[in-house]
Amino acid sequence: MKLDQDRITARKSWMGLLAKAPAAELSALWGALGTSPTHRVLRAPEIGGVMVRGRAGAIGAAFNLGEMTVTRCSVVLEDGTVGHAYVQGRDKGKATQAALVDALMQTAAAAHVEQVILAPLRKAAAETKAKRAAKAAATKVDFFTMVRGED
Amino acid sequence: MYVAVKGGERAIDNAHAWLAEERRGDTAVADLSVAQIREQLSLAVNRVMAEGSLYDADLAALAIKQSRGDLIEAIFLIRAYRTTLPRFGGSLPVDTEDMACDRRISATFKDAPGGQVLGPTFDYTHRLLDFKLAADGEIGEVPQAPARDTATPHIMSFLDREDLIQPEPAGEATPPDLTRTPLELPADRALRLQALTRGDEGFILGMAYSTQRGYARNHAFVAELRIGTVPVEMEIPELGFSIDIGEINLTECETVNQFQGSKTNPPQFTRGYGLVFGMSERKAISMALVDRALRWKELGEDNVGAPAQDEEFVLYHADNIQATGFLEHIKLPHYVDFQSELELIRKLRREATQMQEAAE
Repeated sequence: MKLDQDRITARKSWMGLLAKAPAAELSALWGALGTSPTHRVLRAPEIGGVMVRGRAGAIGAAFNLGEMTVTRCSVVLEDGTVGHAYVQGRDKGKATQAALVDALMQTAAAAHVEQVILAPLRKAAAETKAKRAAKAAATKVDFFTMVRGED
Repeated sequence: MYVAVKGGERAIDNAHAWLAEERRGDTAVADLSVAQIREQLSLAVNRVMAEGSLYDADLAALAIKQSRGDLIEAIFLIRAYRTTLPRFGGSLPVDTEDMACDRRISATFKDAPGGQVLGPTFDYTHRLLDFKLAADGEIGEVPQAPARDTATPHIMSFLDREDLIQPEPAGEATPPDLTRTPLELPADRALRLQALTRGDEGFILGMAYSTQRGYARNHAFVAELRIGTVPVEMEIPELGFSIDIGEINLTECETVNQFQGSKTNPPQFTRGYGLVFGMSERKAISMALVDRALRWKELGEDNVGAPAQDEEFVLYHADNIQATGFLEHIKLPHYVDFQSELELIRKLRREATQMQEAAE
């Protein structure tokens, strides 16, 4: 059970990373992997919308904020391993690559794929985020109280 | 009455050809790329995403190019595209507490935990035209400082803990969707918030301003305004668990409003809420003020007859695509309609003249 939960947590993490990755970055890293596994397409890349929800007052009842574009794709490898992808945007190539990465991550190739594709994506995402946070931090206000004009 | 008219095809084709040429402008000037619009006119892109109700910066930028910068026309294009997309599902509600904030300010607490972070704001610029931008696009190095690596708590949570602010009731898991079912009144808050967040910025701003000027005044303070990115998570049926499917930039405004208490509620502050796609802080603040004004019934307040309290007036007139569609249709052929009006006025005039002559 614990093992199952760990597997789900790990898969959630890489699928989320792939969903948010810039298409050009994923494509370049996919090229760097050097191999393209034999596979069959279970669900051809399909562009659609997902209704994004918020909460009234940030914590209350859910409401519909608006949609975002998402592309999904499913593939199956020769050994029967199924890979799924739901990625942000309308790039069908990105969705296919993400589904293949998802499949490969469930096979013996996982360590290699992690090293060549996921680790660099994770690093780039963390750097982008850290850079924005550092710029925001530089605009933090330090208040000082003016001396009042009374004795 | 509308009557189908045939003809004019050649004129229409030629008009479209000329439109394309006018859109391009002087060919001695470089063509504007969609990527340039996305990167350098990002606030226009944000507005088209918010009111087009579709988060996709490339599509919004393309729509702006196609519409020659007419943002309502661009929003129209996005709304039309949106209807062609199959709906994969609905996300879990985004958790704005987890937002990676570019900006976060409070007008109510100076020493808010997490601090007052200005972000890339126009607020303290002098609003003088910068002719340097016309000459070159060079930018300096942006200062950086060590960042905290903890989440930024919502200011409201501090008032919440002391029970000084009205609690937010939990609602249905699947909120009503006005893009699927036509808006009917009375609308619950979820529907109102959806209508407001995709409503026209100018209209929502005008309504919000009217409350500040005294039409259903509710003394709003901006408890917190935050802008930044949040992940969007969705349950994936074929997986049996949820994953992040992307991340979006949002502006959130929470207002804290004066409230005297009512027959049913002890004196406590009340809330208004604004949440909008992209960096759209004018819209988010406006939305929060109008949201608060529309809550008069559930908060046991009086209806003072102000426009911003009138759900039908606000919700039925906030959508700029509905409004522009109905408004602009009157320029289309109404020849038969007008012909009958013409007949009628001629007849009335004839009768009036005859009566006058008879009287003399």
